Amino acid sequence: MNRDHLRILLPVLSLGLLLAAVFYLQPRAMSYFGLNLLFNLAVPVALATIAQMMILMVNDIDLSIGTFVSFCACVTATFVQSDPVTGYAMLLGAIAVYAAMGAIIHARGLPAIVVTLGMSFFWSGMAILILPSPGGSAPAWLNAMMKAKPPLVPVAIIAPIVIGLIMHYFIKRSSLGVLLRGVGGNSQAIDRAGWSVLGLKATAYGIAGLFGVLSGMALVGLTTSADANIALRYTLLSIAGVILGGGEFTGGRVSPIGAVIGAMTLTLAASFLSFLHLSSDWQIGAQGAILILVLAVRLVFTRREALA
Amino acid sequence: MAVNRKEKGGIGTGEVPIISLAGIGVSFGPVRALSDVALDILPGECVGVVGHNGAGKSTLVNVINGRLSPTAGDARYDGAESRADFRNGQRARQAGIRSVFQELSLCPNLTVLENMRIPYRNMPWRNWRGNAASAVRMALDAVFPGHGIDPYCVVGDLSIAERQMVEIAIAFSRRDIDARLVILDEPTSSLDGAIADQLLAYIKKFCADGGSVIFISHMLGEIFDVATRMVVMKDGRIIANDDAKNFTRDSLVDAMGHVVPDGAENGEGRKQRELGEDVLRMKNGLSARKGEIVGLAGLAGHGQAEALAQCYLERSSDWRANRAPAVVFVAGDRARDGVMPLWSILRNLSLQTLVEFSRSFLVDRAAEKKLAQDWHRKIKIKTDDLDSSILSLSGGNQQKVLFSRALASSAPIVVMDDPMRGVDVGTKKEVYRMVREEAEKGRTFLWYSTETDEILECDRVFVFRDGEIAAELTGDAITEENMLRASFEMEEAAS
Repeated sequence: MNRDHLRILLPVLSLGLLLAAVFYLQPRAMSYFGLNLLFNLAVPVALATIAQMMILMVNDIDLSIGTFVSFCACVTATFVQSDPVTGYAMLLGAIAVYAAMGAIIHARGLPAIVVTLGMSFFWSGMAILILPSPGGSAPAWLNAMMKAKPPLVPVAIIAPIVIGLIMHYFIKRSSLGVLLRGVGGNSQAIDRAGWSVLGLKATAYGIAGLFGVLSGMALVGLTTSADANIALRYTLLSIAGVILGGGEFTGGRVSPIGAVIGAMTLTLAASFLSFLHLSSDWQIGAQGAILILVLAVRLVFTRREALA
Repeated sequence: MAVNRKEKGGIGTGEVPIISLAGIGVSFGPVRALSDVALDILPGECVGVVGHNGAGKSTLVNVINGRLSPTAGDARYDGAESRADFRNGQRARQAGIRSVFQELSLCPNLTVLENMRIPYRNMPWRNWRGNAASAVRMALDAVFPGHGIDPYCVVGDLSIAERQMVEIAIAFSRRDIDARLVILDEPTSSLDGAIADQLLAYIKKFCADGGSVIFISHMLGEIFDVATRMVVMKDGRIIANDDAKNFTRDSLVDAMGHVVPDGAENGEGRKQRELGEDVLRMKNGLSARKGEIVGLAGLAGHGQAEALAQCYLERSSDWRANRAPAVVFVAGDRARDGVMPLWSILRNLSLQTLVEFSRSFLVDRAAEKKLAQDWHRKIKIKTDDLDSSILSLSGGNQQKVLFSRALASSAPIVVMDDPMRGVDVGTKKEVYRMVREEAEKGRTFLWYSTETDEILECDRVFVFRDGEIAAELTGDAITEENMLRASFEMEEAAS
């Protein structure tokens, strides 16, 4: 448990540090409204990061999450809004495709990186078919939910906390979560104990699909319209978020709370750079620099851990 | 050694065997891993299983725990009528059969108590963490008193010995179906003496309370300490099955060795030859002289492959590809580190020598072709077209290509990592002859093999045990019996 606490310490510290810097540069951000603005785009990123985490947890990687979220956003902004039955059926079907993808990757021993890369073109094409030009509109309830103003704490803070806690209890505490992480740790042991690794992988992918759908819906709720390329950046953001949050590429070592914090840190980094009046040409590079810095610090941490 | 197969259990004794195997056979394609195995295990027995590499111990274990369906014969769990089918795994679980495998099978990213969850199929959901923690703690306390392992600790943070303790404790832990037969495959390989004694004491107690244990080990001292019955396996058969009292260490080793005198020419090529100076000497004591065939023997996984890898990498890892390599490698695991599956036979064959023979930046196609044709003739690769895919060849012929790849080079040392796996007898004989010829020309061979008749071809043999050299045999001392003696620990753990 001690090691897990240490793992979560770094993402918490980096988020705190960044937040302090933002507040120092722009004290007015330190308000209900300011926090909501800073973090509301973190909600869909956090959901996509959780989806990526489910895949990394079983030792695979998902390069299609960005286009998948775009596809879900397009479906939400068109079908779910105009023809809910078809719309929700399409989203459920998309989750089923995700689960099937996991099953096929395991059953045929395919590299996930190739399959998901191929699927990313599929989702991208589907999104363009549904919504050839930016547009659509968000279902009223979704818009109301994302723009709600609960007393004291804004949605942009409540939502990540809820997502993080639910997934923490599911992944870290429930007995199904143990099996899912076990697949990443030593799938042979799981297989020997008589469990179906195929079923577990399909479950992990299916949950990832569910969170991809939720991410797309949350995104439409915020932006009120969609675009076939709306979430392309999410692929890399989600991977970076998981790693930043203390997860690892292999071995089933992931932390849902860390992943959510990682997603928030990445979103905040963008705002921080804007507050610095950095030209937007430099922002992506600077975001990468922040990422490298945090990961370098983590490497020092883990080295020490290994020595101890 | 007289084979004394006892017919106990069943009628008259009132005891129902936990598992009863009759006429069990398992084949993987043409390879017969088990044939005609009959074994009953009664409550309260501790059965020691011994045998050399490939004797069928692991296959037997996998049949008993239901992971492998026998291709012939009948497996009955708890006396119940049963057909051999894919549900045997479930039947074995229902009968309370649990296994600890030789290679550790815990998930390093999970905590100790979470690892308890994995084999426990129907764990109640309510407060499962608390229950699992107390069950693991109880089992650890029972088997290894004073262990000092926290169930909330992540397995990756534990030492190898602690992991093995956890795995053993989980196998003995309380679940909805009580443990009745626990299979321990080399359970003490990474435990020190005192801890191993705790385990042996617990096994005796467990059996006295009516449980049964199958104990597989290369430490004969331990087996004689706990086992009430001995099962000796060789070539997929049970060749002796009797009370432990009726065996001595020597008779047990004799039983395992039970040499079948099939080829008079075995080791015939081992004539007295003038051997050159030392060309290789390693820290662990491994050495080889020019023109010598050095065998690395012992039970599989006792450090031979590591020694070979170390020897090879020390001499080949260099920034610049050398035109004259000091050492070449013949892979045993063809698919993993031998064959280029998408390349033709020709390309596979010439891979090693491309740099050595080409004098310019570009590949010398004519020389490459000539080389391949030479070896095609010399080693009789069964193909009409060297440009067809390597995968069109049979396993034995693929191995011949790998041999020619290595032998075509001028390297003075050839390292072979159990290269005859799954190769037919005819090919083996040809390769033995070739190795002999090359050795007479002054090449040195380091040959790791799990097969005794290959080791008998060697001029000098190092027997490995627990990652170290347990014995060095030369000349007439290279016999199967001596190898077995060195592979199995004959002395007490104390010595």
